[in-house]
Amino acid sequence: MAITPDDVAYTARLARLALTDEEIARLGRDLGRISAYVAQLTEAVAAGEAARPVLPLIADAEALRDDVVQPSLPVEQALSGAPDVKGPFFRVPKVIG
Amino acid sequence: MRSENERTKAMTPQSVTYDPVIGLEVHAQLLTDAKIFCGCKAAYGGAPNAHTCPVCLGLPGALPVLNRRAVEFAMRMILAVGGTVRHEAIFARKNYFYPDLPKGYQISQYDQPLGDGGSVGIIDAGVEHRIGLIRIHLEEDAGKSFHPENAGDDATSLVDMNRCGVPLIEIVSRPDIHSPRQAGLYLTRLKQILEYLEICTGNMEEGALRCDANVSIRPTGTTAFGTRTEVKNMNSIRGVERALAYEIERQTRLVQSGGTVVQETMLWDEKAQSAHPMRSKEESSDYRYFPEPDLLPLRVPAEWIQTVRSSLPELPQTRAKRLATQYGIPAYDAAVLTDQKALADYFEATVKGFADAKKASNWIMTEVLRILKDRALDVRKFPVTPASLAELLGMIDQGTISATMAKEVFETMVASGRAATDIVVGSGLAQISGDDDLAPLIDAVLADNPGQIEKYKGGKTQLFGFFVGETMKRSKGRANPQRVNDEGRDRDLQQQHGPGARPRPSRRNCGRALVGDHSRIPGGVCARFD
Repeated sequence: MAITPDDVAYTARLARLALTDEEIARLGRDLGRISAYVAQLTEAVAAGEAARPVLPLIADAEALRDDVVQPSLPVEQALSGAPDVKGPFFRVPKVIG
Repeated sequence: MRSENERTKAMTPQSVTYDPVIGLEVHAQLLTDAKIFCGCKAAYGGAPNAHTCPVCLGLPGALPVLNRRAVEFAMRMILAVGGTVRHEAIFARKNYFYPDLPKGYQISQYDQPLGDGGSVGIIDAGVEHRIGLIRIHLEEDAGKSFHPENAGDDATSLVDMNRCGVPLIEIVSRPDIHSPRQAGLYLTRLKQILEYLEICTGNMEEGALRCDANVSIRPTGTTAFGTRTEVKNMNSIRGVERALAYEIERQTRLVQSGGTVVQETMLWDEKAQSAHPMRSKEESSDYRYFPEPDLLPLRVPAEWIQTVRSSLPELPQTRAKRLATQYGIPAYDAAVLTDQKALADYFEATVKGFADAKKASNWIMTEVLRILKDRALDVRKFPVTPASLAELLGMIDQGTISATMAKEVFETMVASGRAATDIVVGSGLAQISGDDDLAPLIDAVLADNPGQIEKYKGGKTQLFGFFVGETMKRSKGRANPQRVNDEGRDRDLQQQHGPGARPRPSRRNCGRALVGDHSRIPGGVCARFD
């Protein structure tokens, strides 16, 4: 699948990345090559190779968690890894609701 | 040329009428004790960030493990609306950036949701419509952000992660809804089913039930869908109806004035009663859904589905039909009583102690509902127990207290939580029904009003009501009005026809023919008297 400069610019916007035209052109070429590489998988599946994992990994009722409350982290510890806090809250740059 | 002009005019958008097409996406918070993928408490509220752990904070290396009860609650809803539970469901990551989503993705379900299909019935203007469902899937909730107006700081937003990982089901309807009113009826019905299943509080104000609406319009009589907008941020059923009415009106005006609807998300502003565009709607592929590698596919064998199905409670519409048949109450009463599960339980418990179901239903629909509404009380917290109400109704039935008096007693019961007998005995409110108690009261009224008696004998028979009223007044409302009437009529006969005409049995059942009319009945005795 060919990756157009528009595809790159659109994806960049979703990822909040500001790219120059030069970067867009370069990434377009790289992504095109990755895409072609991954496309081989489709051919493999079409050729009848296993599309599913070899092991039938699956969870049934017994493998699930009981609905039991367990202790949470103390608030200070929950907040300790955050770049910024205010009182008991995480603080982030203003977001628009 | 002229006819060409007319034709053009006839085809201008202004002359076309449009019908709305609405589909709703409803999120319901499940009432599990713990969150969907970790052991943190799922309850609403709590101190900010006090219900978090490495899993729901999205810390590196933490792995989710699915809560069995969340799956069972979702299955209850799927089965209750006649949907199909898949034998294999897959969780998927929905990727987007937002500070209340610490992992950078929400664990949801995409192309293999837990439930497919089903429908919900609504009755609009007496006609039943079925609103089809596309799917019901399980997912986790995000945290909560507080914006400048409530953060006290306009450069930052604050985030509380308590809600992160609270289990939700998303119920997606088909575009089968054709008016804001139908949307309201559908939501009311969903809320009722969720409450009956005891899997969600249904409280929209607290966000336990949330609704986003997809709306488009199309010329009346056509079948192709128009471009839709999504309306969000409504926090009551009435709000949903108003927001939809607003958006339908906006789209209609836009198209009628030659414009085109753009696919976008609108935010409803309840205060301003208007909606404004939020952001251009991203395509679903923008969320880069892919199977969640941290969770295995969920296998749901037929026996598990059967176990959940057999544990389903009786649903509102079935219960309404049963109440009408079993207790012989009107369909209207049954619908009102089954509106909330707890109210229907209250009714059935009352009828256990007082067999006249229609009287019990009347009392609950008027007195009980009035007080619940006035005080914004939950029937489960109503201070008068069903057994207590049954006792009160029994006292009215036996004539121990009058219906009017019963309302006063009832108020006292609500205020104090005391039993009816206790209040009646304690305050001397018991009704005066016995002849021996009534006779002196009536004697006194007659003795004090000789002039009125003369007028009455002179033919002013409507004064009968005056004597009854006076007697009631003197008893401070405690006299049994029916007995006063009967007793009064007996006196009446005596005075008109002399002592010989006075067999003095109780005439409780022959009343109404006598007032102003007794002289035409031979011997002054009611023809129906027996």
